[in-house]
Amino acid sequence: MVISMSGKTLYDKIWDAHLVSQREDGTSLIYIDRHLIHEVTSPQAFEGLRLAGRLPWRADANFATPDHNIPTTKSERDQGLEGIKDPVSKIQVTTLDNNCDEFNIFELKMTDMRQGIVHVVGPEQGATLPGMSIVCGDSHTSTHGALGALAHGIGTSEVEHVLATQCLMQKKMKNMRVQVNGRLKPGVTAKDMVLAIIGRIGTAGGTGCTIEFAGEAVMALSVEGRMTVCNMAIEAGARAGLIAVDQATIDYIKGRPFAPKGEVWEKAAQAWKSLVSDPDAHFDEVVELEAADIEPQVTWGTSPEMVASINGSIPVISQESDPTKRESIALALKYMGLTGGTNIKDIKLDCIFIGSCTNSRIEDLREAAKVVEGKKVASTIELAMVVPGSGLVKQQAEAEGLDKIFIAAGLEWREPGCSMCLAMNADQLGDGKHCASTSNRNFEGRQGFGGRTHLVSPAMAAAAAIHGHFVDVRELG
Amino acid sequence: MKKFNVEKGLVLPLDRANVDTDFIIPKQFLKSIKRTGFGVNLFDEHRYLDKGEPDSDNSQRPLNPDFVLNQPRYQGCKILLARDNFGCGSSREHAPWALDDYGFRVVIAPSFADIFLNNCFKNGLLPIVIDKETVAEMFQDIEENEGYSLTVDLSEQLITRQDGSTIAFEVDSFRKNCLLNGLDDIGLTLEEADTIKIFEDKWRQTSPWYFTPPSS
Repeated sequence: MVISMSGKTLYDKIWDAHLVSQREDGTSLIYIDRHLIHEVTSPQAFEGLRLAGRLPWRADANFATPDHNIPTTKSERDQGLEGIKDPVSKIQVTTLDNNCDEFNIFELKMTDMRQGIVHVVGPEQGATLPGMSIVCGDSHTSTHGALGALAHGIGTSEVEHVLATQCLMQKKMKNMRVQVNGRLKPGVTAKDMVLAIIGRIGTAGGTGCTIEFAGEAVMALSVEGRMTVCNMAIEAGARAGLIAVDQATIDYIKGRPFAPKGEVWEKAAQAWKSLVSDPDAHFDEVVELEAADIEPQVTWGTSPEMVASINGSIPVISQESDPTKRESIALALKYMGLTGGTNIKDIKLDCIFIGSCTNSRIEDLREAAKVVEGKKVASTIELAMVVPGSGLVKQQAEAEGLDKIFIAAGLEWREPGCSMCLAMNADQLGDGKHCASTSNRNFEGRQGFGGRTHLVSPAMAAAAAIHGHFVDVRELG
Repeated sequence: MKKFNVEKGLVLPLDRANVDTDFIIPKQFLKSIKRTGFGVNLFDEHRYLDKGEPDSDNSQRPLNPDFVLNQPRYQGCKILLARDNFGCGSSREHAPWALDDYGFRVVIAPSFADIFLNNCFKNGLLPIVIDKETVAEMFQDIEENEGYSLTVDLSEQLITRQDGSTIAFEVDSFRKNCLLNGLDDIGLTLEEADTIKIFEDKWRQTSPWYFTPPSS
């Protein structure tokens, strides 16, 4: 009898390649190729190592940079560590420095010009490679899946586990494919695509799954756009998002500092070409969207699934039949100070934030600069800031004159870090203020106590900066 | 890790879906480099009326009397009941640390976010998935019965109500064993150190490009 065997998904392939051992109940040890580290979720893990008298299993698999607590004004950054005014933040950053020094771990320190948001810096340095297993004590580690790497966010106990054993203890997830057919319309971006996906499947839609984003529209995105999509896989509930490797992936990596060179590069690039799902691979769940249906997206509530098209409106509570959802909408609208039925374009803004591991790469900044060039930020906007994702992104943007465009339009040009995406540093959204933000979470208090976040693409945030309320970026001349 | 066997306690009803980890513990408290002391800032933005900082004297801060955790009938609660997708968002393990530090031993919800679920098991906190309808009934029962408590028996995988009726629950067998015995994951994995080493050597040979040191 011939047993028919279906092919493997990309996730199956990377999982199988990293499987060290498996218990009867499916609990597995997965070998970890790259461990990214930042200052917030690692101190307790290093302390655990010390208390147990353990050393990192393979120090050179680790790559660290501080990002969450880092100040973003030039005057603060010019002072080095002394520029971190909050003593508690400063301790966290110096603790990372000390831990990396003690355990011989590679770190781009705050004063290194290559420092930045760990999910921007990893791919930029070539520390993220196709087919790798990558973890970091940060849920947005899913970003790295854009390069065909299996990348998960983990907790601090797991950070310690990976440091000590180079493995992660895990059960295999289900395979989910989100396929976006056709091409995005002009003015619609990767951010709009992923927000539309989350709007469709919900914030728990990918729970228990690894999502492979596929389809013509996904593969037509630049590698940076793919990172934006995979970054927000976690907002759809999936720990990991993945995109198949193609020539664009390989071209992106070539020549980066930590990428292999010479003969090893040739072999690696050849091997990476197999990092695609087989045509007959089985997916447990498949969701399809038509790219042409996607319009610029704006979130109106306190969960990324609370999203509408720019030409849409906020839902009316009484029209929702599910009682739990009704309650969620009511709580969200109360927190946001908004009324059901309001047009998205009538939402007025106080603040604009362009940055975060979702949208702070050079292409994002180019998109935003194109919209504000030769214009002025509306007088009602209290603060508009652009925070590049890394020192190298900043350098590139300045070489292209983007900083001058932003400054001339009235936006602040900052130093790299996580900044107001989660407001652990001094960049905080005021109580009751509405912010058009290119970040990834609109949770209550996320950008600052009482702050009201609307998630959008860089171009939409830039357009909102000029008009003081949301506008359809496609209608701008 | 501390052991978990049987826990009996008052149930706190947190009637919300998609409770995210920012809600459980706001970011300003993540600056600590310790694992303990987060309990006083659990649900900080809802529990207090002002904005808390790591150096705030929490005993002097105004409590939000409308927030369920502050209501007298729930003082001493050990079991948290919530709606779908509990613990979504940030991977911060500070969320289970805060729940544990406050005194919670069990969280019951119709579904949990993956990373949070994992983090609970690493900290002796038991997350239990119960179907939506039963959770809805429990919310109703709590509303009507002051002092509503449950007994959770991990080895039997049973929740017992005060009237003696029971609800069975599923738990991953490996995690159950770790919780019952307070086993340390790292210690368990290091028992397989030889297997890891063999895997690593082979992997290094077949895929040397993953072993390029970051400093080169």
